[in-house]
Amino acid sequence: MAERAADPTWGVLAEFASPTALYRACEQLRDAGFTRWDAHSPFPVHGLDRAMGLRPSRLPWVVFGGAMLGAAGGLGLQWWTSTVAYPQVIAGKPHFSWPAFVPVTFELGVLAAALACVLGMLHFNRLPRLHHPIFRSARFEGVSDDRFFISIEAADPRFDRNATLGWLTQLGATHVELLDDEG
Amino acid sequence: MSQQPTATELSLNLDEPVDQRPPLLLGDNSFRGITEAVCRPVEWVPPRGWYIFFGVSLALLGVLVLSTAYLFYMGTGVWGLNNPVGWGWAIVNFVFWVGIGHAGTLISAILFLFRQRWRTSINRFAEAMTIFAVMCALLFPTIHVGRVWVIYWALPYPNQMGIWPNFRSPLLWDVFAVSIYGSVSLLFWYMGLLPDLATLRDRAKSQLRRVIYGIFALGWRGSHRHWQHYERAYLILAAISTPLVLSVHSIVSFDFAVSQLPGWHTTIFPPYFVAGAIFSGFAMVVTLMTIARTVFGLEHIVTRRHFENMAKVMLLTGSIVGYAYAMEFFIAWYSGNPFERFVFLNRAFGPYAWAYWIMVTCNVVVPQTFWFKRLRRSLLWLFIASILVNIGMWFERFVITVTSLHRDFLPSSWDYYSPTFWDVCALVGSFGLFFTMFSLFVRFLPQVAMAEVKAIVPAAHVDHATLHPAAPHAATLPPVPGAPAAPGAAPAEPLATPASLPQEA
Repeated sequence: MAERAADPTWGVLAEFASPTALYRACEQLRDAGFTRWDAHSPFPVHGLDRAMGLRPSRLPWVVFGGAMLGAAGGLGLQWWTSTVAYPQVIAGKPHFSWPAFVPVTFELGVLAAALACVLGMLHFNRLPRLHHPIFRSARFEGVSDDRFFISIEAADPRFDRNATLGWLTQLGATHVELLDDEG
Repeated sequence: MSQQPTATELSLNLDEPVDQRPPLLLGDNSFRGITEAVCRPVEWVPPRGWYIFFGVSLALLGVLVLSTAYLFYMGTGVWGLNNPVGWGWAIVNFVFWVGIGHAGTLISAILFLFRQRWRTSINRFAEAMTIFAVMCALLFPTIHVGRVWVIYWALPYPNQMGIWPNFRSPLLWDVFAVSIYGSVSLLFWYMGLLPDLATLRDRAKSQLRRVIYGIFALGWRGSHRHWQHYERAYLILAAISTPLVLSVHSIVSFDFAVSQLPGWHTTIFPPYFVAGAIFSGFAMVVTLMTIARTVFGLEHIVTRRHFENMAKVMLLTGSIVGYAYAMEFFIAWYSGNPFERFVFLNRAFGPYAWAYWIMVTCNVVVPQTFWFKRLRRSLLWLFIASILVNIGMWFERFVITVTSLHRDFLPSSWDYYSPTFWDVCALVGSFGLFFTMFSLFVRFLPQVAMAEVKAIVPAAHVDHATLHPAAPHAATLPPVPGAPAAPGAAPAEPLATPASLPQEA
């Protein structure tokens, strides 16, 4: 209780004037070994992954798995319905006339891949999350318009209230503010 | 990237140069300027023209509702179908609408994979068109089945009748292809909307708007850790939508091509249908965009260059369609099959010759005018031509469907098919559905993908040239960066050499 009252800080939010300034600051933060931090921009800034030292997204594997499951499920459905559940001879073809099953197999593979893609993206991003401490900043509304930010969480082991704030200003932040946690 | 003009060039360059490539965006293309231009139609009271357009669309939608109610009450006998012609306007309209949708996917997915950055100004609009066109398309096979209340029998679900659908039928492939196409297009579109919904949320003046846009934005906060997965997801969706869109119209063409009927049973159908679909879809984008950019003042984002590019795509796909028409005739002769030959001669010179020649004029002759730069850049001609192309493409489906059926193998059953009042109502009404959805879209959602357009303006690029001479000293916790407390603008570093300047002036 006392501890919470002592430090309700969620983290710090620093604003930068341009993608270039943001990029430069991200490189510095990466090299300084920060872990729980993020950059925010109205559009994906090209190359920022590298400046932040992010590993490539694992999403392709999720999508691949989804596609395979969907296609296998689709083919399985057609195999089962036309040989086990409801075997009919149609146009003199064998029960499991697989060439005729290709279109639906493909389409179901695509459907499952697309669902895996969007849901996987949301899962990796921990979205939907309608509220977040960062939204407490009034300036942050500009993040979807023309502003660029870096946020560092207080939970980051390298976070030091005063030093980090001053350092961000030195890195070229035009505005720095502390944000409270939801508590 | 090197063709990007500098910011000063852009602000001066209101008149596009003739001999060098015009810029993708004109006028105020600061990030704020783009946000303002795109959000204005969503946030202001719409102009009177919007209300008139919406009212007319809604009235036409009413026509659709009433004529469909009458159809359900009376049965498909109210349409002009007769004995040899068992597939009439319903299937024609279905193929027409699916085809229109395909340009949206082409623009959003295929042009994305080819890094055609001009697509960013029109892709949102075209994707919306896709979704509404697929809605119209799905309507027709649904209502044409006669007993619409058991349409769900087309889906594979365990049932007390112990029966399952026949997966060997192209008509069932169609159920899957078109409904999955609609679903995937919707996912793609919605994902693309996320950052822009966040913009609308952050700009909202009223609590209601804030909450509604906020819920749909899913809490998007522009985080780069999110952008990273998001961009990857976007790329993957583009990559899987590309074969999807090709497969969908191929499967639609299988509805015809897999049958044994002369005029339908041809292997050229899948590519020919796909080209025709893209052709008609681009025409529809041109028609709608010409109106919307003027009404909503987006001329500096959707420029003549975009229209010129779309005209080029129409020229290409229109020529493929023309080639397919010629090849069908060649094969009819070359195959030596008398039935095949009869069908094609009958198509061009029989009772439906009028429809055939409308089709040829609109689809083959009209796009050839796009060889001329002046006509490609004339918005008036593009607007007229795009409407002619869509008339032509509707007639293409009419010609394929009806002329192949109306004189079948047995001359005693030959008949002439004409639509009834209720056929016309269904087609006109489907335009009502399409335009009603479109009016709502331009009123409540951003018509241009703001985040994507912002990413292609010159100011969005990280200026590595000014960065790297200064960056090499790896920072430990309190380093002393070169320019303390400078407002971080690009030319902050004095080390920038003249060679490094072209990116940002």
